[in-house]
Amino acid sequence: MRDFLEFEKPLKELADRIDKLTKSEPDKPAVQRLIRILKTRLARMEHDLYSSLTPWQRTQLARHPQRPSIVRYVNLLFRDFIELHGDRTFGDDHAIVGGFASFEGRTVCVIGHEKGQGVKDRIRRNFGMPHPEGYRKALRLMKLAEKFHRPVITFIDTPGAYPGVGAEERGQAEAIAKNLFSMATLRVPIVAIITGEGGSGGALALGVADRVLMLEHAIYSVISPEGCAAILWNDASKAPEAAAALKMTSEELLRLGIVDEVIPEPLGGAHRNHEAMAAQLAKTLSAHLSALEAQPIDNLLADRYEKYRRMAAVATPHTSSPECLPPS
Amino acid sequence: MGWFTKATSSDTEKGKLNIVEGMWRKCPHCRAIIYRKEIERNEQVCPKCEYHFPLSVPERLAKLVDEGSFEEWDAEVSPMDPLGFVDSQPYRHRLQSAQEATGQKDALVIGKGRIQDIPLTLGIFDFRFMGGSMGSVVGEKICRAIDRALEGHLPFLLVTTSGGARMQEGTLSLMQMAKTAASLAQLDRARLPFLSLLADPTFGGVTASVAMLGDVILAEPRALIGFAGPRVIEQTIKQRLPDGFQRAEFLLERGMIDAIVHRRHLRATVGTILRHLTVGR
Repeated sequence: MRDFLEFEKPLKELADRIDKLTKSEPDKPAVQRLIRILKTRLARMEHDLYSSLTPWQRTQLARHPQRPSIVRYVNLLFRDFIELHGDRTFGDDHAIVGGFASFEGRTVCVIGHEKGQGVKDRIRRNFGMPHPEGYRKALRLMKLAEKFHRPVITFIDTPGAYPGVGAEERGQAEAIAKNLFSMATLRVPIVAIITGEGGSGGALALGVADRVLMLEHAIYSVISPEGCAAILWNDASKAPEAAAALKMTSEELLRLGIVDEVIPEPLGGAHRNHEAMAAQLAKTLSAHLSALEAQPIDNLLADRYEKYRRMAAVATPHTSSPECLPPS
Repeated sequence: MGWFTKATSSDTEKGKLNIVEGMWRKCPHCRAIIYRKEIERNEQVCPKCEYHFPLSVPERLAKLVDEGSFEEWDAEVSPMDPLGFVDSQPYRHRLQSAQEATGQKDALVIGKGRIQDIPLTLGIFDFRFMGGSMGSVVGEKICRAIDRALEGHLPFLLVTTSGGARMQEGTLSLMQMAKTAASLAQLDRARLPFLSLLADPTFGGVTASVAMLGDVILAEPRALIGFAGPRVIEQTIKQRLPDGFQRAEFLLERGMIDAIVHRRHLRATVGTILRHLTVGR
């Protein structure tokens, strides 16, 4: 059963009407004709709705409870996945899943946020909000990947790093910082895929990469629209305005050079067809991974450094600075 | 502004308060009301509880580097408005008023100087400029300071006081965390020391990138340091936070920082650490 979001209500009404007609008198030619007309109308409505989504509507798609997550992608994209647990220091954080798997004949290290499926699992996984031990587990696995020359693929989908007492006591900030620092010079190719919600530093801690790919309706932001609205507007209900102002959609981030490629989603979002989504993702991932593997690692590291070094919008009045991003 | 322009109606209404605020200062930590001159004589430190009041960049430099040794770099590097960001007011207006208030283009001053005769590169945050938030200019200038440290084989000292990444530059601000961490990794490979001094307050994206990456991490007494702000945590866990939570002393106890240094001893301590890490290698 498909979940409809608030803004999808008109679609639901029409879909329900078609359903009802199909169940009532499907053999009558007049009914059949009506169903055909309504189905065409529904298709047009869907097309119109999904091609003009607001940033806030896309935020809701990015957070959709049925949106595929790393556990789903691992099943659809990889073979022989072995999950590895724990940071060897404090514990195992279920908000981050990691391990090794085969992808098109090679072994890769797979790491990502997992929000969970169903209430119990979601609670166990803290709704995808990691503690420091989650980031330290991720780093431990990346170092393993480096040791055994396996590329790293990360799946990003988190509201953010967990803001709690234990997280602060155990060094949430240090854990994130250490990942940024280590990923910048990790001597294997890294591909990061923002699949759902790219929530600030908690997302970036898995997101320093040679290629950053982003699903069409995913979001990636310095702060949640709710948090931004609460601080700048003093009113969390202004989240839709904040979502637009923060320019957190895939097209905007592609334009800013923060994301390297946007991966199109099935009509209505990735949750509507997990298999089609995974197939599209596999195709893009495969191309990028092969291109990265063909390069000497030192070139890759130099490019990785340069890519981040150039990310800025600054003005220097006396010298034109070609290294800086144009404002456009 | 001349003294004669100051007599506005709001001033006469608040006249009494102004006198109090002018001569006396309330310590935000122990809430004691203290004679302003006494705080100034005490290196801007509360004589009751040792809380270290925020310093302006010139005040910080005067207490930290050898007299006359500081030379600023890239003061003209200015912020842009890459998102065309508007909340209750446009980002451009916020920048303009912060620039007018501070005389600086953005929230970080970088340059070179000497501490106890040891040459080094420095970066100093200014909390008065939009809460010391890190956008493109702050990130860029940290990286430029590191570039110069690499060129000149110099140590790098960063003094942080910041609310975190700057919302008004969106995901570009987030990327400054990755960018500065990548530059620090270069410094690390060159075996040049990076000292991080955390002043009150240091939060969010600044803590979760440059601030916590120091080879040696120092903090000022009572400084609030963390990833998530205390209000956000209280709202999330729906409990009151324990006393002293996220203070420098709390971080020291949990093994997150190397030492807490009183302002009076800062120059000598930094000098000693730099000598230990650089001399005779």
